[in-house]
Parts: sequence; C-alpha cells; structure tokens
Amino acid sequence: MSQPLLEARHVVKRYANHTALNDVSLSIPQGCIFGLLGPNGAGKTSLIRIINQITAPDEGEILLHGEHLQPKHIADIGYLPEERGLYKKMKVGDQLIYLARLKGLSQREATERLKQWFIKFDIRDWWDKKVEDLSKGMAQKCQFIATIVHDPKLIILDEPFSGFDPINANLLKDEILELKAKGATIIFSTHRMESVEELCDQIALINRSQVVLKGDKRAIKRQFMDQTYTLEYLGSLALSEHYELISSTEVEPGVYRSQVRILPGGHVNDLLTQLIAQVELKQFSEHVPSFNDIFIQVVGETPTQALIP
Amino acid sequence: MNKILLILQREYLTRVRKKSFWITTLLTPILITAIYAIPALLFFAGSDQKTVEIIDESGLFQQRFKNGKDYQFAFKKTPLTKAKTDLKSSKVAALVFIPRDIIDHPNGLQIFSEKNVSLSLENDIESIVQNEVRNQRLKRAGIDTQVIEDNRVNVNAETYSLEEGEEKSSHAGVAMGLGYVVSILLYFIVFISGSQVMNGVIEEKSNRIVEVIVSSVRPSELMLGKILGVGLVGLTQFLLWIVLTVSISSVTSTLLKSKLEAKAKTELSSKASQQQVEAAVKQMSEAGPGSKVMGLMDSMGTLPWVKILSLFLFYYLGGYLFYSSLFAAVGSAVESPQEGQQLIFPVTIPLIISMMLMNFVVNEPDSKVAFWASIIPFTSPINMMARVPFGVEWWELGLSMVLLVVGFVFTTWLASRIYRVGILMYGKKVTLKELSKWVFYKA
Repeated sequence: MSQPLLEARHVVKRYANHTALNDVSLSIPQGCIFGLLGPNGAGKTSLIRIINQITAPDEGEILLHGEHLQPKHIADIGYLPEERGLYKKMKVGDQLIYLARLKGLSQREATERLKQWFIKFDIRDWWDKKVEDLSKGMAQKCQFIATIVHDPKLIILDEPFSGFDPINANLLKDEILELKAKGATIIFSTHRMESVEELCDQIALINRSQVVLKGDKRAIKRQFMDQTYTLEYLGSLALSEHYELISSTEVEPGVYRSQVRILPGGHVNDLLTQLIAQVELKQFSEHVPSFNDIFIQVVGETPTQALIP
Repeated sequence: MNKILLILQREYLTRVRKKSFWITTLLTPILITAIYAIPALLFFAGSDQKTVEIIDESGLFQQRFKNGKDYQFAFKKTPLTKAKTDLKSSKVAALVFIPRDIIDHPNGLQIFSEKNVSLSLENDIESIVQNEVRNQRLKRAGIDTQVIEDNRVNVNAETYSLEEGEEKSSHAGVAMGLGYVVSILLYFIVFISGSQVMNGVIEEKSNRIVEVIVSSVRPSELMLGKILGVGLVGLTQFLLWIVLTVSISSVTSTLLKSKLEAKAKTELSSKASQQQVEAAVKQMSEAGPGSKVMGLMDSMGTLPWVKILSLFLFYYLGGYLFYSSLFAAVGSAVESPQEGQQLIFPVTIPLIISMMLMNFVVNEPDSKVAFWASIIPFTSPINMMARVPFGVEWWELGLSMVLLVVGFVFTTWLASRIYRVGILMYGKKVTLKELSKWVFYKA
C-alpha cells in the first residue's frame, strides 16, 4: 500500500477537566473520502483542530506526506468548520481574496481562481455584494469556495451539508466527488449517516475520545453482517432449529417478507434448500447493515440523539 | 510576518473606508477651529450697542464714562422721577443715578433697568464710580492724582527654567495647559483604540470566522495584525487632525484678518491712508480676543516641539500597545460587546487611575508621585506626557521608555496566551480567575 496522506500516531489531547483524545491513531490514504464519525463531544473537532495546527497534541504526532506537521502545511489544507461565518460588512470578492491570500495565494492568483469558481457556480453578481446581504445558503457556498480555492491536498469538511437546501446539497456532493477525482483527499466529519453511505470510502468512529471502529467502508459493513437474510416468498414456512425467524410481514396477500438469522450449525445453502422445498421464493438477499445501525450498535445511542449536546 | 501584514492591511482598510472614520476625521478639526473662531466672529457681530443713560448730579463723571463696544453712555439732565418713567418706553438698557453727595455717600449710586442689569455692566459702573470717588477723596486729603498714577505698579513675574546651562523663558501656565491637553488626548486615543480592538476581536469570534482564520495563521499573528492595524488607523486619524486643523485654522485666521481690515477701513473714513488702517488693525487685534492667543503663541514658541511630538508618538504607541493587547485578551473571552464592557473594567482601572494622578502631576511635575507615575508602565504613558512640557531628565525618560517597551512586550505575550484559548471557547461565562488560568494552558 502506498504512503498514506495523513497519519495520526497515538495522539493524546487533554484539557483542564477531561481528555479529548486518548491514544488516537488513524491512517488516511491518498485520494479517498474519509468519514470521521462520532457523537458530539467525542473528540472529532479536537482532532480536526490538531490537524489544522490550531492546537497542538499533548502526546503523539501527526504526519502529512510522511512529514511532521509544520506551518508550511497550512497551504496544503482547506478547512470548513462546522460553526462558520464571514465578515458581515465585507464584500464577498474582497473577503474571499483575503482568505485565499492568508492561505498563501498571491492577490492576482486568488482573484483569477475565484473568478473561475464564481463562473462555475454561476454567482458572478455576488462579487461586490456585502456578506450581510447574502442568504445563509449563499454564504455557505462562498465559504466552500474559500475552503478549496487554494487547491489543498487535504480538505476537511465539518458537517458540510448543514444549512444547504437539497439542490445545493447535491451540487456540493458533486463538487466533493469531483475534487476526489482530481486527487484530493477529503476528511468528512458528520452525524448524517446517509451521506456517509453515499460518499465515504473509509471511516473512523470516535466515541469517548477513542477510535472504536476504523477501516474500509465495505469491510466494516461485512464485519457487521450478522448472517441475517431478507426473503420474500409465497406460501407458509417452517424452518429447522438452526434458523431464527426475526420478523415477518405480509406485504401482499399471501406474500411475506421475513428476516432470518442463521444460528450456529446452519448454513446459507441449507437454508436455501429448505426454502425452495417449502415456498415460492421471490427474493433472497443478505442483509447489509446501514451505518445508522452500526453507529447505534457501537455507540449505544442514535446519531441524532447524540446530536443534541 | 507576511501574514501579519495581510491582516494589518485588512484591519486598516476596512476601518479607513468607513464613512464614520471620515466624519470624525473632518469634524474634529472644524470643531477645534470653531472654538477659537466663534469668539472672534462674535467680536465682529457685537454691533448692537446698548445705550446707558446717566444722570450725574455731581458733575464729576462727564469724562469718566467712555463709550465702549458694548455700551454707549448718554448724560441727561432730566429729573430722576421723569427719567424713570421714560425708561419704560425707551430702548435704553439702564439708567444710572449719581447723587450730588456721591463723594461722601458712595452708596447713593443707583442703577435702574427694565430687565436685570448684567453683572459686567454693574461691575464696570461700580468700578468707574469707585475710582473717581477714591481720587476725589485723595485729592481732598491733599494728594495729587499724578502721584497716585505714578505709584501704580504692576508686578508681573517672568519665570525661568535652568536647562542645559541656558536660561530659557518658560511659562508654567503654558506647560501645564499643554501637559493637560496632551495627556488627556493620549488617554482618549488609547481608550478608544483599545475598545476598537476589543470589538474587532468580539466580532470575529461571534461571526465564527475566527476558526477559519486561525487554520491559516497563528492566533498571535491574528491578534498582532489587528492591534497594529487599528493602531495605524488611530495614527492616521491623529496626523490628519493635525494637518487639517493647521490648514483650516490658517485659512480661517486669514479670513478673519481680512475682515478685521475691512472693519477698520469702514470705521475710519474711506480716505484713510494704509498706515492708519494698519495701526487701527493692530489696535483692534490687541484689544480683541486675539491678543491673548498671540501671547500664548509667543510662549508656546519656546517649547521643544520636536521633542514633545516625537515623545508623544512614542508614548502613544507604547501606551496603545500596552493596553490594546489586554483589550484583545478580554475580547477573546466574551461573545458580545456588553459582556466585554463588564470584563474590561480591571483593564481600565489603571487608565482611570492614570488620569487621576495626572491632575496631580501637572501641578507638581517634580514630586515623587510624579516621578513614579511616569516610570511605571501602567501609568507612564499618560503621566510622562503630562511632565514632558515642563522638562524631564534624560535618564528618567530613558528608564520610563525602556520599562514601557518591556511592559508592552509582556502584556502582549500574556494577552496572546489568553487570546488563543479564548477565541475558540464558546458558551461559557468567563471570570477573571478563569482567564488567568488560560495563561498557563498548553497550546
């Protein structure tokens, strides 16, 4: 495997009254969308701030491209915080140029690149508007541009979809995928599991300051498959002792949808043989847990519950 | 370093582009000019002379009442009772009755008026009568009035300060006045600029833009850039004030002078020679409110202006840097200007104490209190500037300046420790005790 873009090794961060990160190790490969999941207060923001060099870890180290994190890396990272805002009284164009220059672009380069983005998003007439005259969604769009205008290798998006209507959320999603296609690596911190399913290649789940789950999205799903199958059939069914019928509903007259778990001693082929012998099988598939299910199973509460601080 | 410059530039430009900046920058010099121009204009406008009637039974005062710019005196022979009834229907401002036996009974002097008599008019009349009565009594006692005149001596002390072996004429009054003005100015500039820094920090925090910015620059860079930017705005405004005040007031004084000449011409006959006009102008400007200003200008010319101005710049920058970083630290800990007002109090206490000390220092510039107040960095900017017009020893200046530099380096360091924690802290009511803990947090 090639060298990961970002590597966290045994990172510890303590605050006065609590430990925000406890021996966190992660490896984020180049060119992937990495989901950073976990309930509020788990330590996601602390980790993101350390990657952004806003704070420093008490122990452990962070490597970017195999190098220790240092001030020059600021230009390689684009960060969209969860709580975000712009200077209200400043014009949109001036403001984005300012933010881009803080990331190391020259005045001319910043202006040119921003103009292209404004054309791409069809928002050219916003350039001279003051931020206070923009709607929340419009301001979010501008902020997204500010995050990526300097072509960062690593883009960190903290709850990027909050505040977007469905149309703009889709636009943003396409943009994220396009950035990935161009070779950028994206860390994507969120509570919204449906976007995790859609976008992420790898995930790490942080709970109570520790990484409790990490790896490839499909591998994790396989890990959480518990030998449960969903089937739809016509007729009546009686299974042997190695199979447990979890649920059964009648979806059409005579047609049932059931979930069956294979207990020790059973086998999927044996199950199929029994089914074929008894009923007319319409559908048969292995049940794949959603990230929502996985989250609940690991953290012990639902992501939305966890949202409430 | 480059990023500090970028932040400085933004802070500076957004403030200088505001309308309110230009309004205060333009209005203040106009106001300063108005303060001295209005009395002069009133001098021209004071043409509505009032008439005062005098019934002089003693016949001694015919020559004593001289027409002035405010009052014209008219002598009447009518009996008092008739004059009193006439007074009601006439436009005469006041009626003065001097009885025949005024020399023996000075209290017989009476002034009648429709409305209340102005205090200055009453004083003028009283002193004229009083003088004449005294002269007459002295004459009666056999003393010649000429002798009295010759013995009227005016004592006016010239004060000298011994500096660098050279005797220079100094005017304690001017030095005191300048001390007051300069230190009050310093107080206001530090206070106002400091509050601007605090509000700027609060704005960034409550806008939530601060997290984006500190992902690009270090918090201390953001704080320094802001402090320097706002300080530069204050400096720009101050320099513009000086330039504008000087130019506006020179234009105004030229206008006033030409008006004065025109007035002199009309008062003399139209055929009067140029020399006569000049003489009249000189006389008028000496009599008018200008004369005092002229005298003041003379003694101000003897002050070491370059030294005062450069020291002012130093103490402005030093005092501003010393306090503004503390303002920034407080701003970082709160989420609204109202909260900031409460927490800033401990920072403003030394400033207020400085002002209280300054009152004492300008009166006793060589006292122990003045010395210490101008050495300790908390109070030195204001109090050293209060002393500078009187002349301060070089070693004292040096010590005070070095300590101020050490002071602001220390407060800036302290403030940046608090600031980096504060800007990312939300939803917490912060106490001073909490703030002092932040100083020792690890980054």
